[in-house]
Amino acid sequence: MHRNKYRLVIPFLAPALLLYGTFVLYPYVQAMYIAFTKWKGLRKPPEFVGLENFQKLLGDDKFWNALGHNAIYLLILPVITLGFALFLAFMVTQKVRGADFYRITFFFPQVMSVVAIGILWSFVYHPSIGILNSILQFFGVSDPPVWLGDPRTALGSIAAVTIWQAAGFYMVIFMAGMQSIPTSFYEAAALDGATRRHTFFQITLPLLWETTRSALVFIVIGAMNMFGITFTMTLGEAGPDLSTDVLATLLYREAFTHSRFGYATAIAMAYFIIVMALSFTIMRVTRRQAVEF
Amino acid sequence: MVNQENRLSAFITQLILGLWAVAVIFPMFWMIYSSFKTDQELFFSPWSPPAALQWDNFARAWTSAHVGDFFFNTLIVVIPALFLTLIISAMAAYVLARFDFIGNRAVFYLFLAGMLFPVFLALVPLFSLVARLGMLNTFQGLILVYVAYSLPFTIFFLTGFFKSLPSELEEAAIIDGANQYQVFFRVMLPLSSPGLISMGIFNFLGMWNQYILPLVLVTDEDKYVLSQGLYFMLAKQFYENDWSALFAALTIIMVPTLLVYVIFQKQIQSGLTTGALKG
Repeated sequence: MHRNKYRLVIPFLAPALLLYGTFVLYPYVQAMYIAFTKWKGLRKPPEFVGLENFQKLLGDDKFWNALGHNAIYLLILPVITLGFALFLAFMVTQKVRGADFYRITFFFPQVMSVVAIGILWSFVYHPSIGILNSILQFFGVSDPPVWLGDPRTALGSIAAVTIWQAAGFYMVIFMAGMQSIPTSFYEAAALDGATRRHTFFQITLPLLWETTRSALVFIVIGAMNMFGITFTMTLGEAGPDLSTDVLATLLYREAFTHSRFGYATAIAMAYFIIVMALSFTIMRVTRRQAVEF
Repeated sequence: MVNQENRLSAFITQLILGLWAVAVIFPMFWMIYSSFKTDQELFFSPWSPPAALQWDNFARAWTSAHVGDFFFNTLIVVIPALFLTLIISAMAAYVLARFDFIGNRAVFYLFLAGMLFPVFLALVPLFSLVARLGMLNTFQGLILVYVAYSLPFTIFFLTGFFKSLPSELEEAAIIDGANQYQVFFRVMLPLSSPGLISMGIFNFLGMWNQYILPLVLVTDEDKYVLSQGLYFMLAKQFYENDWSALFAALTIIMVPTLLVYVIFQKQIQSGLTTGALKG
């Protein structure tokens, strides 16, 4: 049927391959080399230094500080966000009044740009214009924290915004998964007199396993990133005493404030390896026999 | 007894959902009405509604703070980038889905590989490449980079889509004497419009909100796109002290997004969640 097919295949693939090869593949391949070089600014070419960047990395307090913050996000964001999203999804699908309103409202923060969200919440947290502290004072907290200005609360404040922003998104993902569960399962459970809690843990959750796995990988990738919200809410300064610095903001500063291109790319490489290892581990550990329905 | 329990649990459900709805809506509502206040009012009575509507905040945000310029710069970049992404991806996805040629799978996996890497790994080499091409601080540079980074997922998604289309129409068109280009542009492309719309929404939001790429590739203030322009506006407030204009700028950005979202929420939700469900 397709005679002379290459007369179509080649011109149709060429623009995609050209752009992708130039701006995506080539930089990624080059990064594998740049990570092993010393390169300070565009004027001079990179100079190969072997493993020096990675040795420096292991002894760099700033690297461990940033990685530690990513680790905290990795511990709290998936559990709280996905747990809360699952809870919301379950409640919204219980034939509540206003279900559509809730679904539409909860998802909205996902559509907004991360900069707009960051600025909005900087205002909410702000010690004088913000409304959060005046609510707290109303409830009798005499000396509320300076949220983003205090190293003890800054990281948690950013985590809270991330949960606020992402919960609705994961709720919609779980709702899509729930809709594919046949209603006959629930009808049978209702006939057997199962409570809502039973229904949730015995039917809904096991049948949502595949959805949960991909949501988990997605949110882990997000917890490793955190660039946009951190950069906006702390004005690129990574918080008081670097208390909100993450790998992405650290490597951005190393590259574009200090022009340490080789070192920044080595950090990016470590970041990439960690993301890959985590995603791979999650997919392996959570692998189960698929439930057919 | 059972009935009472049900009503109690229904009440608690509504209470929790209602509280979360307030937590989501109130910060935005507060920001919108605050953007009509004076700086004095912002600082000394954060809760109260504006005494008089300060429309001037919006005028200052749009012109002196350049939100208008940032807005048009974003459109100049996003519209061509979106169009190019869709057409280039559709062409590639079409041949990958429907033609059996040497290296088909290799090319498909090559594109897939692009979804594996975090963009942060490419930042330095990308910056130096765009500099060598003389395209730093240009809209063309930003457009090409946006397109290139949107290709892997869009091609992956559309390949699946083209595979699911029946081949009868294609065959009928060839029997009617259409050549292969006509088959693609007149038959297959229109048939794939649901897939193109999904990817259009997904990529539009991604490009509209794109942050890290313009931050690295555009340093000329006249060429700022919205996201980075807003960021620099925020950074400047600490010495310029025009907070009310910044509130207004945020409202200018948020209200159109909200309106578009409310109208197209079904398509937007499914467009955005395909990323997590298929990826």
